[in-house]
Amino acid sequence: MKYDIILAGVGGQGVLSVAAGIATGAMLQGLQVRQSEVHGMAQRGGAVMSHLRISDTEIPGDLVGEGSADMILSMEPLEALRYLAYLKPDGKLVTASDPFINIPNYPDEELIKSKVDATGAGVVVDAKAIAKESGNLRAANMAMVGAASTFLPVEQKNIEKAIENMFASKGDTIIEQNIKAFRAGRG
Amino acid sequence: MGELVLLGDEALALGAIDAGISSAYGYPGTPSSEIMEYVLKYSETNDGIFASWSSNEKTAYEEALGASFVGRRVLVTMKHVGLNVAADPFMNSALLDIKGGFVIAVADDPGMHSSQGEQDSRYFAAFARTMCFEPRNQQECYEMTREAFEVSERFHIPVMIRLVTRLAHSRAVVNTAPVKPQNPMEKTDNTKGWMLLPALARKNWASLLERQSSFLEYTTASEYNPLTINSDFTEFGVITSGLGKNYYDEAKQELPELPSHLHISAYPVPVDKVRELAENVKKIIVIEEGCTFIEDYLRGYLPQAIEISGKQDGEVPLTGELNPDNIRKSLGLAAKDGHATDMDIPGRPPQLCKGCPHADTYAALNEAREAFDNSIVTSDIGCYSLGALPPHNAIETIICMGASIGTAKGAAEAGFKPVVSVIGDSTFLHSGISPLIDAVSCNTPMTVVILDNGTVAMTGGQTTIMPSSRLKTLIEGIGIEAGHIKTIIPLKKHHAENVEIFKTEMNYQGISVIIALRECLETAKKKKSGGSK
Repeated sequence: MKYDIILAGVGGQGVLSVAAGIATGAMLQGLQVRQSEVHGMAQRGGAVMSHLRISDTEIPGDLVGEGSADMILSMEPLEALRYLAYLKPDGKLVTASDPFINIPNYPDEELIKSKVDATGAGVVVDAKAIAKESGNLRAANMAMVGAASTFLPVEQKNIEKAIENMFASKGDTIIEQNIKAFRAGRG
Repeated sequence: MGELVLLGDEALALGAIDAGISSAYGYPGTPSSEIMEYVLKYSETNDGIFASWSSNEKTAYEEALGASFVGRRVLVTMKHVGLNVAADPFMNSALLDIKGGFVIAVADDPGMHSSQGEQDSRYFAAFARTMCFEPRNQQECYEMTREAFEVSERFHIPVMIRLVTRLAHSRAVVNTAPVKPQNPMEKTDNTKGWMLLPALARKNWASLLERQSSFLEYTTASEYNPLTINSDFTEFGVITSGLGKNYYDEAKQELPELPSHLHISAYPVPVDKVRELAENVKKIIVIEEGCTFIEDYLRGYLPQAIEISGKQDGEVPLTGELNPDNIRKSLGLAAKDGHATDMDIPGRPPQLCKGCPHADTYAALNEAREAFDNSIVTSDIGCYSLGALPPHNAIETIICMGASIGTAKGAAEAGFKPVVSVIGDSTFLHSGISPLIDAVSCNTPMTVVILDNGTVAMTGGQTTIMPSSRLKTLIEGIGIEAGHIKTIIPLKKHHAENVEIFKTEMNYQGISVIIALRECLETAKKKKSGGSK
């Protein structure tokens, strides 16, 4: 079994915490994980992409090849489209619906939505609304982890344990809010 | 001992710690910064390791040499272009009789994710005639670093570990081994081996050349250079180095037959193994990350019996990173089908944070420039390099650390007016002071703007080597007239006033310095939350 994910978003949106949640959950399940991150100049408000590979056997490389990703998981709809070449024909395109507009030529939102739909692989998640409902706007990332998790080869309890570990230093309320967002993201 | 999830950078750092280092030095630079950060964090809670950032890579390197001189193991870290700054001590250190294990970790950045150039540090190791290890995963980062210390002490040379961005910034599980105790503090008993007086340097150089054969014996025997021969398949063989092997290992499963294969991760290149591979195949495909280091040796200048394929004939791209896709292509495998969209996807380049002090400085500078028919703004390496992009479009040169000041001086002395140089505080302290002293000596008509945000921002907010409070004293001390050292606060409410200060100093026919003083937002946020990272 191997499962390759391309994580997409804008620098500062928390792509790395989403990757960490899934990666830690996979490791708690005894799976092997490789996670490639973006640091430095590239991460500053620009498009960022991270590779996350999960497998029950040794993973040689850090990068996912084109046409090989089982999932693109994006924090933002425009970024969801940027890396389509990586998505397997039967892969999933899981994206947050709320746009992150920090460029003057950001395309029309309806057009983006129609292009996500046109892939036939789209799973659009209103992560912002879920986060609001959970009582913590920053829990949107865990809502996305939740939405992705229904397709992942990682059990719910392991990801929830990972989320608890991640937010352990922030106190019980933050943990509960993130778990709530995660579960709501699972739908 | 145990299992840890680590970045390649962190695995290297832990390898050095477990190999018994007593000290570590470095200068931040993507993708190498997390090596020192890991050692620094470790040293906060563990006694016995001295770790510190230095002003620049050269000072870091020289400080590290001192530790080796007294018998201790030491790690020095930098990015590839940082090694250019440390090239002087690096090249000479190969001639020294290294005592305490000395390992230099250099992180290359193929694809230039966060760099001004693509270099390949393996050339530097070969240039200095020393040894180099090139790990391909986090476990190897850990193990090869430990081995590099052994090799350094066995052969009395500085040993390089070459990383690349994808390994430096990728996480995986690492299994650790028992910690080695530190070396006792014991000064070398061969100080002649540390004095590169011409007469002595000649002897040391001869000694280094003599030892080359033992380096080669080591790399030829090394399990880090594995050769597998498949004598049933002679069409082609493969040489990989670094991450090239990872992509090759994935792609080879689709090849009809497994080719003979040599993986090289300990240098100098194990020549006999290359020859053995060549005896078994008609063609060699070279897959290496960076430049054509191995490939050029194979090709040479003269015609040869065997066909060589790689970056020189375009089968592997000559620039950028290796990846699963370009390696598939080089092996003759078809690309995999993915999805596509017919929508034009606009680029989303990196940009200054909302409210960044640099943006306010650039706004004032841009308006001041409108008062002149023409002007030059040279700049430097840091977050403020993003001032090159819209909406700022504020700067015109980005060359290397510290270059903004020297370049401005040269343009001013060639007759251009007005010339402004924009440099960050950490970059100024790294290598901006010397050219400013040059400008003072000539009273060059130019204006240096020091963007003092009190942090090394681009690389993750490391502490600047000298606090802002002492910057002005330093500038006064090298002879800038007190009346032409101005401090501005880059905030919108001071905009008009700041524009006037820029205009005044740009009109001044001598050297002036404007310090734009406001803390980096990220650093301020970090201080507020009380965490270090």
